[in-house]
This record gives sequence, structure tokens and C-alpha cells, in this order.
Amino acid sequence: MWGILKLAYKLLVNDRSKFAALLVGITFAVFLMIQMTSLFAGVLDRSASTVTNIGAKIWVMDPAVNTVANTIGMPDFVLDAVRSIKGVKFAVPLYSGGALVKLRSGTFQSVTVIGLDDTSLFGRPQLLRGKIDDIYAENAFIGVLDADFNKLEKPDIGTEFELNDHKGVIVGVAEVASSGLFGVPTLYTTYNRAIQYIPSPRFTISYVLVEPKSIADVASIEREVKALGYLALTKEEFIDRISNFYKYQTGLGTNILLMTLISFIVGLSISGQTFYTFILENIEKFGALKAIGAKGSELVYMILFQASFTALTGYGLGVGLCVLLITLAKIRVPDYAAKITYFNLSAAFGMVVIIAVVSSYVGIRRVLRIEPFDIFRG
Amino acid sequence: MEQVAIHADHLVKWFGEGNARTQAVKDVSFDAYFGELLYIVGPSGSGKTTLLSMISGILKPNGGVVQVEGTDIWGLSKDAVAEFRLKRIGFVFQDFHLFPRLTTLENVAIPLFLKKRPWDEALIAAAKYLDIVGLKNRANLPPVKLSGGEQQRVAIARAIVGEPDLLIFDEPTASLDGETGRLILKFIKDNILNEKRCIVVVTHDSRIFEFAHRILNMEDGRLAGVEEGRDHEK
Repeated sequence: MWGILKLAYKLLVNDRSKFAALLVGITFAVFLMIQMTSLFAGVLDRSASTVTNIGAKIWVMDPAVNTVANTIGMPDFVLDAVRSIKGVKFAVPLYSGGALVKLRSGTFQSVTVIGLDDTSLFGRPQLLRGKIDDIYAENAFIGVLDADFNKLEKPDIGTEFELNDHKGVIVGVAEVASSGLFGVPTLYTTYNRAIQYIPSPRFTISYVLVEPKSIADVASIEREVKALGYLALTKEEFIDRISNFYKYQTGLGTNILLMTLISFIVGLSISGQTFYTFILENIEKFGALKAIGAKGSELVYMILFQASFTALTGYGLGVGLCVLLITLAKIRVPDYAAKITYFNLSAAFGMVVIIAVVSSYVGIRRVLRIEPFDIFRG
Repeated sequence: MEQVAIHADHLVKWFGEGNARTQAVKDVSFDAYFGELLYIVGPSGSGKTTLLSMISGILKPNGGVVQVEGTDIWGLSKDAVAEFRLKRIGFVFQDFHLFPRLTTLENVAIPLFLKKRPWDEALIAAAKYLDIVGLKNRANLPPVKLSGGEQQRVAIARAIVGEPDLLIFDEPTASLDGETGRLILKFIKDNILNEKRCIVVVTHDSRIFEFAHRILNMEDGRLAGVEEGRDHEK
């Protein structure tokens, strides 16, 4: 069997122009498919960055909230009510909102301000520089060292700025697991300072973060919160809710899906057509092999091997090209939101398998129909 | 007593359907023997290629029996016929059908690859047969770099590399000039034919008739006559 497959391999790769055309088709299709889906995965990942970074197990919010940035303030009694639910180990408020800061140069910069519970500082980031206790100091803020950090004019500990005519001071520099989606820097402070500095509506609690006593309590907590007229979601459910919003309610998901499908169709068309041409050009040779004594099944193995080899090589090249370009893009544009996930790779692999199967199917049909007698007849 | 290599008995072949249905081979019977160089000749459309295909396990007849060394080849399954061809029959096609993307040596080794011989072992064996046809120094060239006569010899090497008992040549001189054609047939007769092998040649090239032991004349699908070749004494 190995000899036949090596024969198939040589017939394929020694036809350099056809093989190159096949590889270009599949590589390009894989690149586009992974690039599109990675971009989307990156956007989705960043869209839920606050949820990931804060890390609370359960998030209580207004039922109309779809994304972490579009908060709807809740009255203070919600916090007390949640704390009284059986199964709640503790619950703390969280403020999340946008603001404009005036930098030393006099320019304004949008920021996301996260206000942590004053008592527990639950959800605090990992500090790289400074001490967490300094967050209690006057006008204290902690900057997040991400791709947007330098938009605050490369601040360090002691850097001052203005926020709604309030003085702000950087007392620490932290890192978080995931950068935000909208390209604005993030500042952490205490909940009370946040609602004091930032113009607020009547209700100020963006989220109530809940730690359940046990996983078994999660369902009952969700039910009790629902009875209060609010929504409790686990971290994973909240991330899914945000993802679903971007997927199904913004058109982003549909567009990415369409682009991915177009990439697939382009790849299928180029590869299918080129592979079929390759088979047609070699059809007499396959007929000769049949006449010499090759069984139909052996010719099928040869074609399947050729299609699979081309598809897998193209897949590898496509993945490599995508990784290279995303890496280069991230070097040039630190905010570039693209993330290659196993799902993306699996989806692209599945599509490549379909391309290989369809391409080989048309080739196999043609080869199985050729009769050795046709070779004698010329 | 001469041993029968091929026994063809009342072979019939139809092509087409309905009004377009025509009989290409009409009740043809003959025997071919080991050590014999047998020609099937006739004008274009006389059914000689169809007859050749039926006796070599390529085309199933509508009637009659083909026995190759006593085996009723059309009583075998499709895969078994393919296996039989691979092991017992060697083919040299009119247009040679060499693989331009493979080297000459790899082309010769194809039947061995199909027999699942390891790649390197098959190439070593094929080199021996390339030497027999005098092309050892062309082993690593692609067939397109060879002359017509050399390509024909590569095709012969490929046909004999599996040591078949029966060799089938379809218009072996059609792509060659007269002198090269004669040289090829002389080479086949002197070096390829032996007492354990039967060679059947379909041709309409009268310039090579002198090499035949016997000549079957086909006309309008029928066997019009059998002639003793000039070299029938062998």
C-alpha cells in the first residue's frame, strides 16, 4: 500500500504547477477562514474582558443588560436583598462606567472606570507596581498596563490627571487577563470614589458580584434574584450572553459567518476545479494503471491520499500564514483583536476536510468510470 | 507438444444499444502458444483491438470463453481479473502511457508498486529490466527526455518487470519510424520472447510481419484466416 501512496504522492507533487495551484487555493481559503473567525473570537473575548478580569462567579444585573459596558444602574436595596439570599457567601457592588480624563498635556481621553467594593476590593487586578492599599489614598486610581495604557501618556506612579474636575493620581500599575474591546484605557478605583467622581444617575450599582457558598446554590440564587426582578448569571453565562449579543444582534456574527462561508466556497471552487483538472489530465494514466492491474479501490486510495495530502499541507500553510500575520499585526497594532482558538482551527479543519472530500469525490467518480479498454481505443 | 497459453473460444462482442448496436467481434476462436509471437492484423475497425482486449482481461465478451493458462479469466471477479492481469499479463500500449512526472526507472517499477513491493526494492528490481532494454543510463530521466524508440523500450521494460507469461502489444510501431519499429520487434523477439512466454501483437504495420510466427487476419469482426509467419519455424 505504501508504494501506491508514494506513487500517488510523486504524481501529485511532481506536477508542480498544479500542486502549487492546489496549495494556494486551500492555503488562501484556510487563511481567510481562520483569520475571519479569529478576528471574531478576539472581539468576543475582549467584549467580555471585564467579566473575565473581575472573575466573580455570579453577576447580578438589570435584565436589559446585554454587554458589560452598557450597564443599567440598580438601587442599593438589590445589594441587601442579594446578600440575604440563602446560599450567598458574600455579595459586593461593582461600578463599571465610562468617563473622560484630562491628561497633563490638556487633551482628553476616554477611559473605563471600574469601581471595586471599598471593603473587600473584590475583583482587584494583579499589581505590577505599587501597593493595593494605596487605592484607599486620596484621589487614587490604578492603571491597567494593556495595549491602551500609553494613551494615558505613559503614566507611572504619581502621574496626575483630572476626572470631572476631580484630581486623580496613579498609585499603582496592574495587569489583567484580557484587554478591553473598545480601545480605551482602564482605571480601577474604589466603588465610592467612582460614584463620587463620575456623574451618576439615581441608581449607581452596575453589578452585584456574588460568591455562592457552593456550586449547588447557584440555581437557587438565580431563581431568587429573578424573583426580585433582576438577572443573575454565572460568569460563563454572562460571557455567553455578551457573545450572543455580538453574534446575533449586531450583524457582526452574520457578516463574519458570510465571509467565512465565502472563503470556504472560494477555497472549494479553486481546489475542486484544480484537482478535477489534475485528475482529467491524468485520466489516461489512471486508465493505464487499471489496465496494468490496479484495482478500483487502490485508485480510490491514491486519489484520497492526494486530496488529503494537499488539503492537510494547505491547512498547515494556511494556519501558519494566519499565525504569522496575526503576530505581525499585534506587533504593529497592539490593540489588534484576533485570537486563534481550537474551535477556529477545528472549524477550518472541518471545512478543509469537506473541500478534500468533495474534490476527491469528483475525481474518484471520473477515475472509476474510465475503462482500461478506453486506453486501448485511445 | 506446444503448450496453449491462450484459448479463445467463440468470442462475441457487441457495442452500443438499439439501432446503433454493432457486433465488433463475431464468433472468433483461436489458440496462442507459449514461445509464440502471434500477430493480430487487419484494417481499422476490423475488431482486432477488441479481440486483444477480451483475451487480456480488459474487456468482457458478450459470449464465448477466454482461458489463459487454463484459467477462465471472465469467470473471475472484477478484482480477481485485475489481480490476474497484474500477475500474469504485461501490456505495452500504443501511446506507451508512461508517466511524465516519474523517472524512467519509477515508470518501469509501477507494476511492482501495484504488487505492493517496497519502493526501494521495486526500484532495484526495475533497474535490472531497464538494463535488459539497454536504458540503464536513462534511469533518472523523465520519459519525455527520451526518443520514441527509447520510450517504447521503457514501456517494454515496464511490461516485463513483473515476469508475466503473456505480453500484449497494441500497435507497438505506430509511433515509431520504420527502422526503429523493426529494431524494436527484433529486440522483442530476440530478448523478450522465450519458451515460457507468449506475445500477442496487434498491428497493421506490414513492415514488421516478418517477425511473426503466426498472423491472425481479422476482417469485419471475423477471423478471416491464419497465416504462418515467415519465421514460423522459430
